[in-house]
Amino acid sequence: MKIYKIKYLAIAFLSLIVVSCNNNDDDGMTEITSDFSGTFVQKDQMGRPAVNTVFVSSASKDAFNTTIPSEQGALFQSMFQTNLMGLSPAFANADDKNALGLDAATFTGLLATDVLNVSLDGKTTFYDGTNVLTGRALADDVITVELLLIFGGEDFTENAAFSDDHVDANDKVFLTSFPYLATAW
Amino acid sequence: MKKTKILAATIFTAIIGLITIAADHIDAPAARGTSADITDFYAFQGEDTNNLVFVANVQGLLSPTATATASFDENVMVEFNIDTNNDKVEDLVIQAIPKDGKMYFFGPFAPSLTGLNSTVNEMATKNEVAISAYGSSATIANSNGMKFFAGPRDDPFFMDFAQYGAIIGGTASGFNNPGADTFAGTNVLSIVVEVPKSLIGGSGTINTWVESKVKQ
Repeated sequence: MKIYKIKYLAIAFLSLIVVSCNNNDDDGMTEITSDFSGTFVQKDQMGRPAVNTVFVSSASKDAFNTTIPSEQGALFQSMFQTNLMGLSPAFANADDKNALGLDAATFTGLLATDVLNVSLDGKTTFYDGTNVLTGRALADDVITVELLLIFGGEDFTENAAFSDDHVDANDKVFLTSFPYLATAW
Repeated sequence: MKKTKILAATIFTAIIGLITIAADHIDAPAARGTSADITDFYAFQGEDTNNLVFVANVQGLLSPTATATASFDENVMVEFNIDTNNDKVEDLVIQAIPKDGKMYFFGPFAPSLTGLNSTVNEMATKNEVAISAYGSSATIANSNGMKFFAGPRDDPFFMDFAQYGAIIGGTASGFNNPGADTFAGTNVLSIVVEVPKSLIGGSGTINTWVESKVKQ
């Protein structure tokens, strides 16, 4: 009786091992060799803040997210320019420029290729009055900068009611050390 | 009178453009509200000025309650793209992908294929960090000269979005001063990587952008 039990147990164990080996074989090589197999297809992308939301027409927003940056300028610059000139009285006239000295065509030419320019040599900021587009720091008031560049005209004085949302800082203080972002609420 | 009307119409259009929201939160129909919705992207010099920091945030507008149960999607890769020669094509990428409570990082490495489709390059420099739980202190990995974090944080974005809504609704003709931060009290899921500048071009200016990519 005892010996039979042991035999059965042994057979049971052996079959378990055989079965699990089979299972592994059925799973195929990719499961064994890679935890991260497969192809990942683009859904969303972002360079500068608010570019897709502000300058891309509703029907094109998904297309913009799945157009590689090197092709964005050719495909989207004219749409950006049309939307900018329709949007802002500060660009209503052909010779209008913003405070960076960029006219509608030049400004939208810059924006349509949605990459963030980042300096590896010094201060990184979206705009601090001196440095322009050398990065994006957490505390940068990017919305006000963009509103000013869109509505503020040549000297940031036009359309004052719309060129600053008067929210100048985050609701929590950022950390000076990694990971820099504040703890969750 | 006429001028006011034109201005109002202009502002209305402006707001329609902006209402889709903010930095990149819910910016487009296909990505909106999904685990692949990028809310924001930052790139700045680190505390150690030899390093650059990349931040990608996903799944925005999380209340504290929602944050406790929010998680990264194992089918979504977040890819930081770095163009070092100004042709607007990525020369280097850093891939971040979650699995079993950890965020794995590959790179920076030069991808064999650029563009919309990616595969994980397991031959690249591989690092990992445990995903920090809501309410606990940040878990930081320090390896290969880089630093890594993944987990819930306060949404660093700030804007008076509600006032935009009021302007759209015709109940306001401009911003308030001071305004009110609509994103106050909300969280995001953050991925933060700090890398030596020497690994991403060394000096000069790079172009960078972030992508979310979904496993097919």
